[in-house]
Parts: sequence; structure tokens; C-alpha cells
Amino acid sequence: MTEERKHTISLLVDNESGVLSRVTGLFSGRGFNIESLCVAETLDPELSRITLVTRGSERIVEQINKQLNKLINIRKVIDLTDTEFVEREMALVKVRAKEEHRAEILRIVDIFRCKVVDVSPGYYTVEVTGSDEKIAAILSLLKQIGVKEIARTGAIALAREAKK
Amino acid sequence: MEVLKEEGVDTIFGFPGGVIIDINDELDKTDIRYILVRHEQAAVHAADGYARASGKVGVCLVTSGPGATNTVTGIASAYMDSIPVVVFTGQVPTSLIGNDAFQEVDIVGITRPCTKHNYLVKDPKKLAETVREAFHLARSGRPGPVLVDLPKDVSQSKISFEMPPPPKMKSYSPHTEPHKQQLEKAIKLILKAKKPVIFAGGGVILSGAYKELTKFAKKLNIPVTASLMGLGGFPGTDRLWLGMLGMHGTYRANMSTGACDLLIGIGVRFDDRVTGKIDTFAQNAKIIHIDIDPTSIQKNVPITVPIVSDCKIALKQLNKLIEKVDLKELLKSRPNWLKQIEEWKNTTPLAYEQTDIIKPQFVVEKLYELTKGKAIITTEVGQNQMWAAQYYHFDQPNHFITSGGLGVMGFGFPAAIGAQLACPKKTVIDIAGDGSIQMNIQELIVAVANKLPVKVAILNNRYLGMVRQWQELFYDKRYAATNMEHAPDFVKVAEAYGAVGLRATRPAEVEEIIKKALATPKTVIMDFVVEREECVYPMVPAGKAITEMLLA
Ligand SMILES: Cc1ncc(C[n+]2csc(CCOP(=O)(O)OP(=O)(O)O)c2C)c(N)n1
Ligand SMILES: [Mg+2]
Repeated sequence: MTEERKHTISLLVDNESGVLSRVTGLFSGRGFNIESLCVAETLDPELSRITLVTRGSERIVEQINKQLNKLINIRKVIDLTDTEFVEREMALVKVRAKEEHRAEILRIVDIFRCKVVDVSPGYYTVEVTGSDEKIAAILSLLKQIGVKEIARTGAIALAREAKK
Repeated sequence: MEVLKEEGVDTIFGFPGGVIIDINDELDKTDIRYILVRHEQAAVHAADGYARASGKVGVCLVTSGPGATNTVTGIASAYMDSIPVVVFTGQVPTSLIGNDAFQEVDIVGITRPCTKHNYLVKDPKKLAETVREAFHLARSGRPGPVLVDLPKDVSQSKISFEMPPPPKMKSYSPHTEPHKQQLEKAIKLILKAKKPVIFAGGGVILSGAYKELTKFAKKLNIPVTASLMGLGGFPGTDRLWLGMLGMHGTYRANMSTGACDLLIGIGVRFDDRVTGKIDTFAQNAKIIHIDIDPTSIQKNVPITVPIVSDCKIALKQLNKLIEKVDLKELLKSRPNWLKQIEEWKNTTPLAYEQTDIIKPQFVVEKLYELTKGKAIITTEVGQNQMWAAQYYHFDQPNHFITSGGLGVMGFGFPAAIGAQLACPKKTVIDIAGDGSIQMNIQELIVAVANKLPVKVAILNNRYLGMVRQWQELFYDKRYAATNMEHAPDFVKVAEAYGAVGLRATRPAEVEEIIKKALATPKTVIMDFVVEREECVYPMVPAGKAITEMLLA
């Protein structure tokens, strides 16, 4: 058995009801795991893109790719993992912002090139975009100050165009 | 209706209900034959049997809610065995969907994991196109069941109709042609192999590759085994035939698979009932695997040369490639291998001991003898199924119809009805267990009403025998929940339904009863009162290597 590894898979699917549940049903029914999943329409309103992050051995991920290909509503399956691609996640983090911590929070926001998108009495809401490592890093810093709640997207990804 | 005719539908199995009255009403005006079953599960099994015996797509029509949920077992069985069936379910009107309306159930949701694909048709304009797609999906590539859910308002609407062209689907184009390179790699392995074995599966039957496989095996002098689903894919009386592989496979099939240096899997999926303990399966062998479904390949066992292709096309091309090769040298080494296999066959053949109580194996042997091996055999599930597979030797494809993947008790009888409708001139026999037959016995009236001369041979051990066998071997003979002593009198049941009931209690009567049944042009139940505690051997205990067989 090869080692388990994270894979980012991009799917182009028919933009119809039920397609997402075909995908998630496949994963739960066959015991594959989904670490994150993002769906939205593409430029072509007939198609949606699902970006899915999963983890498994080569054998399992090969099965996942083949099984996804077999679903009738899936037009294209691209495993980006061993290709050049960009990947982003976003998180909204609501941090406790006591008087004495505000400067510190703003400094962190600055270093990580994030934004404060909402300010309310006692709380700042920070928007972070980047890799999951970056989000984990800023979260660990903000947690020391005090995080009330967070909302995170899964990863979205696109292949890089070949350089000429 | 027009689309159904265009797709070649001549028979529909169904049961009516509120939301499909309109469809039944229209259907009644056509010359499509409608078979009114007595339980929707049986409609799907019958369509499955019909599909397997005829090579066409089986079709069902049932109502919403309970009608739809009753089909699920049948659909799941057809899915596991890759059988082309289209199931039309009624649905509440689109305006009520999601409201927990009377007899509403999300059948598309329920059957998503056990159909090849399914549809909810919301727009009447899309109906014709969807139906064409459903048939296309069911029969092409790796076949399978497709469900089409029809809300009442959609089936009631009147629109102008134009036959849609054959479907071109953007996201579906099964790969049927093999890669040349892969074929060449395969040939190389085959030419090097000293101890090859061919392992054929349901894919050989489904793709109609019987002739090609037979030619291939004979030309290269390679012995052939098969999964339960592959029986009949290669002549069961040929000298190269090894018998079935797996948990209840023959000694020589399991031993030769254990010892072979090359295994050629054709249209198989290496199910756990065949492989036994997976890391010991064919452990000395390189494996060539031909299958139309890429997900079957590398799923359970590591494959040396994968070939994604329709089995028939791949075999045809392989046959062409070997025509050019000089096989003289190669074939010199074969006799040793075949001699070894012959030895396994002679030391440990399939065997049983006939006493003064009827042995179930004896009944199957007699059925084989008296039908000259030409009958279409369906089976229920359990010991009866395994004895049918072991002792009836199938020389032709599409003559053995069994619920292989799902193993549904109650499959055999409705499947026999479907097969008999597809092949009116053939003798069709359901080899049944006393437990299983009770799971769809209500269909007797369907056989009688349609004047179908289906024969049922109950191997009546008054036990859920296969489970009892496990209890005998692995649970210290604690027969919890498997005693079937309380059973109806099957002869009287037959008579109550207007069929013929016959019973044999002694070995000497078996032949006579079978002859009588075969000579009766009616639905006949034969009740064979057999040895209660007979076991199916060989048997590979679950989790053991297939070469570790219990022999008696
Ligand atoms: C619908 C269903 N329920 C339960 C089982 C589990 N099961 C497998 S074989 C078997 C016993 C079948 O008994 P019988 O039909 O009398 O056949 P025998 O093994 O005695 O020949 C059972 C209960 C099954 N396969 N299908
Ligand atoms: Mg029994």
C-alpha cells in the first residue's frame, strides 16, 4: 500500500439538482472521505465546478477518479494533485478585540495580508484567503487572542496554464 | 409509447396505481404485452430474467410510493449483476413533490446508489429524450438498471410528439475498443506462460463473447474457470472446463488458480466470493484483466495488464493477433499443466453419496440429464443455487440466470417467468429452495394466468440450508432461526393456484417426477423432499485462501 496523500480534484458537472448528492453519495457509500468540497456555477450556466479535497492511497484515489468518471452527470474529472495549479481557501474569523489587543490584531492582519471586514463593539471579523497552511497559521495566532467563531470555505482550485 | 416501440419493447412487467392510470390506459391501446405481476419486486426480477434470456432491455412500470419502494430489491440485484432494465415509476404531480404527499417517496434519491443512472422528468418536453437516454444507458457500456420517475402531470400532459434522434450524451461514452499496446503486452505474457488459466465472468455473457472465448481458449489450449455469473460463457462439458471458481468452486478450479502463473480475467470483477483471502489469490500469477468498466480494474487485485474494453471486441482482436503467432513451442509445455489439472479432477471430483434419502445434488444431476443440458435454469439463493451451478453443466450462454451479486432469495421464480416469456419454446426451470420460493410464491398465479409452462424444482430441506450449513460448520450446530419445518404443502399450494404439484420422497421417484413435469405443458411445482443436513462442498470458509477448501 502506498502512503495516504491529499488530492485536489476538480469536477465539471451538469448544473442540475441531484448532482451534488450523486457525488457525496458516492463518497459516503464507498467509504471514501471528503475533506472539503466547494460548488458553484461556471461561465457556462449548464455547468458547475466542484472542487473536492480528499485523502487516500494511490489505489483508493484511482478508484475515486474512476468512480467519479462513471457518474453520468460528471463531464470531466481532473485530479490536479500532481499538476501545476493554484488553490485557495477563505476563512472569516471573528476575533475578540479588546482595547489592548486591537493593535496586535491589525498587525497580524497586515502581515498575513488579510482584511478586517467587519468591526463591531468588542469584535473584529477578519477575512483570510490563502492556502490551508496560511489559514491554519493565522488561526493559531488569533486563537491566542480569542476567536469567537469561524466560517471556512473548502479549497477551490484551477490548473495553471502552461508557460510559453 | 412511440419511444418504447422504437426501442424494441414488446413486454412490460408492472403493477398499477393512482399516478400511472394514464400510462396503463395508453399502454392498453398498444400491442405491447403487459404482464400484471403480484408484487413489484417480482416485476423487476421478471424483467431481469427477460433481459438475460432475450438479450433485450427488460422494462417495468409501477406506481409511486410503495410501488416504487417495492422495486428497490429488484433494481439492486440488476445493478449488481449489470443487467439492462428500465424501471418507470409513477410520481405525485410536480406541484406536490416535496410535500409528503400521499404515496410520495423520493425514489430517485433512494435508488441513486443502485441504478446506473436515474431521472425525474419534470418537463413533458424532455420525456421522449429522457426515455431514449434511459434505454441507451441501460444497454450500452457496462449495462445496468435505469429508473425514470414520471410525475402524474407529466404523464398526463398532451404535447405534440416528434421522435428524438438516438441520444448523444456529452458526459457518457463508454470505452469499448481495447488499446493495441495493451493487447500486445497481453499476448507477450500469454506466450510466456507455462500454467495459464482463464477466468470468465458475467461480462463474457453480457457482451456475447461466448464464441470468441471458446476459440481463444481452445487455440491456446488454456483451461477455463468462471464466476457464478460467467457460467455458460464457455462450454461446461469441454475438456478445458475447470468448473466454477471461488467459495463453492471445484477443487481443480481453485487449485489451478492458486498455482497458475498467468490468470486471464475476462469480464469479471474479482468479487470476494471468488477471491477468498485477497492477498493469497492467484499469488503466483501475473494477471491480465479485460473489462469494460475501468472501476473494476485494480479495484480488488493488482493487475499486470489492464485492458479496458468490451470483452467480445478484445477477444476478437486477441484471436486475430494470435493467428500470426507460431504456437508450436508454446503448446509443448501445456500437457504437463493440463495433466496436473486432470489429476486434481480425478483425486477430488465434485461428489456426494446417494443414500435412500434423496440428495439435492442427485435431483440437479437428473434435471441436467433429462433436459439434456438444454434448459434455461434460474435459481433462488442458497444451497440450491450452488448445487445448480455445480451439477448442471451449461454449454451455452444466457441459460443460467441467478442473482449473483446481491443474492436475493425470491429471485428465481419471477426471473423464470421473464425468461419463459422471452423464450416460449424453451424449457425453463427454477431450481429453488423451500425458503426462497416462499419469498415470491404469489407469482404462481402470473405463470398460470399467462399459461407459462415454467417448472419449479424445490430442493426441500426444510431449512434455510445455506445459513444452516454455516451454523453447522462454524456455530456448533446451533440452528437459530433457520428451521423451516413449518412450511406449506407445496403440492397443494400449486393446486390452489391452478398449477400442477408433484412430490418425490424417494430417490427412485425423482426421475419419474421430472419426466412427468417436463411432459406437462403447464406450470409445475416439483417438491423434492431431500436430505435435510446436506452441505455444499467444496467450501472455502470466509476469509480463507481459495485453496484451503473443506471437502466434506
Ligand atoms: C432476501 C434475502 N434474505 C436473506 C438472505 C440470506 N440467505 C442466504 S441463503 C439463505 C437460505 C435460503 O434457504 P432456502 O431457500 O431454503 O435454500 P437452501 O439453502 O436451503 O437451498 C438465506 C436466508 C438472502 N440471501 N436473501
Ligand atoms: Mg432450504
